Amino acid sequence: MIVVYVETVRGVVAEVSLEAVAFARTLAAAGGGIPVDAVVCGPLGDAGPKELAEAGVRTVLHADTGEFDVFSGAAHARAVLAAREQTRAVVLMGGGTNRGNDVMARVATELDVAMAANVVAFEGLSPFTVTRQVVGGAALEEVRLGSRPAVFSVAGHAVEATPAETAGPATLTPLAVALEPGDLTVQAVSVQPVDTEAAGNLKSARVVVGAGRGAGGPEGFGDALELAELLGGQLGVSRVVTSLGWRPHHEQVGQTGSRISPEVYIPCGISGAIQHWAGCASSKVILAVNTDADAPMMTKATYAVVGDMHEVVPAVNEEIRRRRG
Amino acid sequence: MADVLVCVKRVPDFSGEVLLSDDAQSADARYVGHTLSNHDLCAVETAVQLAAATGGSATVLTVGSADAVEQLRTALGVGCAAAVLVEADPVTLGPADVAREVAAVVADHEASRGASYDLVLLGNDAADSGDFQVGIRLARLLDRPVVTGVQTVTLDGDRATLVSDVAEGRETYRVPTPAVVTVLEGGVEPRYPTITGRMKAKKIPVEERALSAEPVGSGRVRLRVPAPQSSTSTLLGEGPEAAPAVVDLLQQLGVAR
Repeated sequence: MIVVYVETVRGVVAEVSLEAVAFARTLAAAGGGIPVDAVVCGPLGDAGPKELAEAGVRTVLHADTGEFDVFSGAAHARAVLAAREQTRAVVLMGGGTNRGNDVMARVATELDVAMAANVVAFEGLSPFTVTRQVVGGAALEEVRLGSRPAVFSVAGHAVEATPAETAGPATLTPLAVALEPGDLTVQAVSVQPVDTEAAGNLKSARVVVGAGRGAGGPEGFGDALELAELLGGQLGVSRVVTSLGWRPHHEQVGQTGSRISPEVYIPCGISGAIQHWAGCASSKVILAVNTDADAPMMTKATYAVVGDMHEVVPAVNEEIRRRRG
Repeated sequence: MADVLVCVKRVPDFSGEVLLSDDAQSADARYVGHTLSNHDLCAVETAVQLAAATGGSATVLTVGSADAVEQLRTALGVGCAAAVLVEADPVTLGPADVAREVAAVVADHEASRGASYDLVLLGNDAADSGDFQVGIRLARLLDRPVVTGVQTVTLDGDRATLVSDVAEGRETYRVPTPAVVTVLEGGVEPRYPTITGRMKAKKIPVEERALSAEPVGSGRVRLRVPAPQSSTSTLLGEGPEAAPAVVDLLQQLGVAR
């Protein structure tokens, strides 16, 4: 039995969670067709069970009492533990988001077993061995999870959220969770969810202009925004840009942000760390602009321009305007 | 008056390709320097700010090789008042080991001081091993609440207000202290040590300790580095002079008119 901790944003199943379910299916097949169950905490929209069914889920264990309306890592971990009791799961897994890693680490700690964060591949059942990202994805670690259950998170966008060959029933079943006194000590008192509609526009954009650390500061995005507008596209940024508060989170492309697949992606001043690459690798054409010709983004791109984005992008904007007359 | 313990990790300063040791058990950092990750630097800065704002003190702790004193001195140089090194070969340690060692120091210090650390801060994840769990394991051992992925911390009596601005959105937590908090970069601007700061830091003795128990390890079989791909890109040009070639391409691709 495999239990996947499924995250939701405003009742919508997160893409990383569907990726984790797809990963779980590989594992289930290796284990001779063991079932994959999902745990969902808090509100779940109507589309949720359908999406999880397409992903091949057997049962959706739903912890939906009032305590789960607001995120608490400890309470969500308790729900995963309750699901494990109920299903006798030997594998407990989630997506490699901030929340997924938090919840899975709490689960592993309660069970006194190891937890592997940001797993990208499954290597073997006995001993249970996985490969995970280390050094921000620049290196990989093969690691054995010696004790049962195996607990891990799947790196964001490391696998595709493909539908299952055979859909599962995804039977929605209430999950009774006995919370312990300390479980709600740490509960968010206020939550401003990320702008999912704006993030949706980014994911479906035909053209995305990217900007990274090379923008230099919160004032450094004007040219990239203008290029995006001239091409009828959207601005996408790297993690460091949102971490530093230069741009809002819904614009983030990468492992912990959106996965994009535009006709053309134009990353400017983005070095192309694995974290970012995971979110943009399925772009059809990549045209990179960077001062460093050896940056990973420049060598992996379809086309490259060596130069400072603050010089190249305004020149491109000017050329587009000139041709339009 | 807040007393804060901040835990840091000495990590290789890889900006390009990662090299591995011959036995593939660790990164080969002979040709690069060592540093503290941005998360750790922000945790140190947060600790120092909280101590200064409340008239308390910040203590820095690391579990690692004797060379990690270099990173402790960095933290002392920006305002930590005391430093602890739990000396161990980092390759032999897993996240549960690190959590256990930090908990042992916390227990010892609190017993001798007769008071708790109001907060134990750690970086959200290590830049090298990326385990995302030491803070949570530590909190369990100390039986304290833990919040991960926090960018700003304010203390108000025996409660901490924690703001986490991450991909899922912006969340605010209020938790009773003592508590454990893992810090993500971005909420504070780490300061650099001044010359006087460095001089002062040199005079502060580092408390040196040995491991409290045999390590259980990380379960690592081996490390590997993905094979570098040779460049497949077509160079369109250099600098602003490349603009016409860029626009030609965008027109060919049908995204510019």
